[in-house]
Amino acid sequence: MVDPAVGARRTAPALRETPSTKVAIGGLRAWFGSKQVLSDIDLDLPALRAIAIIGPSGCGKSTLIRTVNRMHELVRGARVEGRVVVDGHDIYAPGVDAVAVRRRIGMVFQKPNPFPTMSVGGNVAAGLRLNGVRDRAVLDAAVEKALRQAALWDEVKDGLDQPGVALSGGQQQRLCIARALAVGPEVLLLDEPCSALDPIATSKIEDLITELKERLTIIMVTHNMQQAARVADYTAFLYLGKLIEFDRTRRIFETPTQELTEKYVTGRFG
Amino acid sequence: MSVGLTGGSNPFRSVSRRDTIRKWHSHLMLVLCIGAVLIALIPLLSILFEVFRQGLPALSYDLLTKRQYFQYFAGGGIANALWGSVLIVGTASLIGMPIGILAGIYLSEYGQGRPAAVVRFFADVFAEFPSIIIGLFAYGVIVVWTGHFSVFAGAFALSVMLVPIVTRTTEEALHLVPDSVREAGLALGLPRWRVTGSVVLRAAKGGLLTGSLLGFSRIFGETAPLVVTIGGSLFFAKGLDDTSSSLTYVVWRGATSGIHAAEVRAWGAATVLLLVVLAINISVRVITSRRAER
Repeated sequence: MVDPAVGARRTAPALRETPSTKVAIGGLRAWFGSKQVLSDIDLDLPALRAIAIIGPSGCGKSTLIRTVNRMHELVRGARVEGRVVVDGHDIYAPGVDAVAVRRRIGMVFQKPNPFPTMSVGGNVAAGLRLNGVRDRAVLDAAVEKALRQAALWDEVKDGLDQPGVALSGGQQQRLCIARALAVGPEVLLLDEPCSALDPIATSKIEDLITELKERLTIIMVTHNMQQAARVADYTAFLYLGKLIEFDRTRRIFETPTQELTEKYVTGRFG
Repeated sequence: MSVGLTGGSNPFRSVSRRDTIRKWHSHLMLVLCIGAVLIALIPLLSILFEVFRQGLPALSYDLLTKRQYFQYFAGGGIANALWGSVLIVGTASLIGMPIGILAGIYLSEYGQGRPAAVVRFFADVFAEFPSIIIGLFAYGVIVVWTGHFSVFAGAFALSVMLVPIVTRTTEEALHLVPDSVREAGLALGLPRWRVTGSVVLRAAKGGLLTGSLLGFSRIFGETAPLVVTIGGSLFFAKGLDDTSSSLTYVVWRGATSGIHAAEVRAWGAATVLLLVVLAINISVRVITSRRAER
């Protein structure tokens, strides 16, 4: 099957904004203090696909996705150089508001982090409500839609006023996905979303990712190579802050062009 | 369920002399610890006991509803002092708590690097500052400036004491909110002030309430700053500019007078003071244990 979005490209292309590219990363470098964690990343991520970022611990996977919604710079001493272009607009251009960027690029974290004082419904509505949406009917509709998209509606529809933190770990993570979806992002970043979950909850999240990529672009960091193989259309392999290889997931796992990639995906290091 | 064969000598049984000594050592230490706790509790309990023994008989409807007629003779009650305490501590809280809470938010959410370290250092120093010196500061600033003692001078002194207490308890309460919650808010595209106001402060509201109440009860029991600022009137304070008494003032004045009637009044005032402070601290306990259950 030839993917029309990227054609028959074999390796990561240089920064080029084809219409189907959702996020184009060019010459991206990132630091924590004086420690450089990403060096010269070039990556074109296609729209409406699930993209996995794999690599050993400390290779910069999380930092990479945190530069895509400008969360990286929130850490004290953290710094970014280079370009991250979303739909043709550089999110690091002068005058760009990081808050506006984050409304369009949602994020879900490793550990489920529902707002502790809010109900299930309150958590999902939070992004809209705290940005000034007051209309009860609009909020209720958005809550239901987001919970349905996150495949959680049937489990929580009778307990929307229960505390969000009372849900199970897997439900909490889907709640966090629903909360992110409710503000209508075009890109969803997932930072090891299943690492704190059991296998059943994990498979629910994976099914969800497969559904969600119909509507938005998913970029997920994962430690779990089987997970990347199961859900991602494309996979990027990072090692020591450098992009080693980026390609269709199948190629990465079956016929990688780099020796390092092959060693990693076959479990010989990492 | 079978536990397998048992028999022979059980290697887990302790028989050696060393084990016996170790056990006695452990018992001895436990007894010493319990003894130390008892010794520490004796003065506290005897204060409670003595105040209630002397003070409860002095409590009466008149004591709580009538003003003092004399400084040193029998007659009237301590209602003017009760009103003074409420007015002074209330005003001090209105001044000190907003400043303390905002400063605590600054330290926890925005304060990084040198300026925050300086603020934190001064908050720590002032929280332990001798209260008489803060009182004399208020005397020098407000009493000398206005030319007379007043409720406001006392409230000013107490608010200076309250700010660092509330600042640090607020900062600590906000630090208990995990960073992951802040990240969740920011990742939703909420501005930082929104995340702080609607997510972080909400999550910390029990801690903020606890800190504020503890600060309130702490300054409610302060004497020294008021001795040099409020003037100790026998009348109900008519406003912030008026002189006033306070419960602690009545206790101090009566206890050091050597006159029986004033001493009786002092015991009564001490009992009311203790009951108020106990009530606040118990309600703090109730609030925090309810939060712990959830």
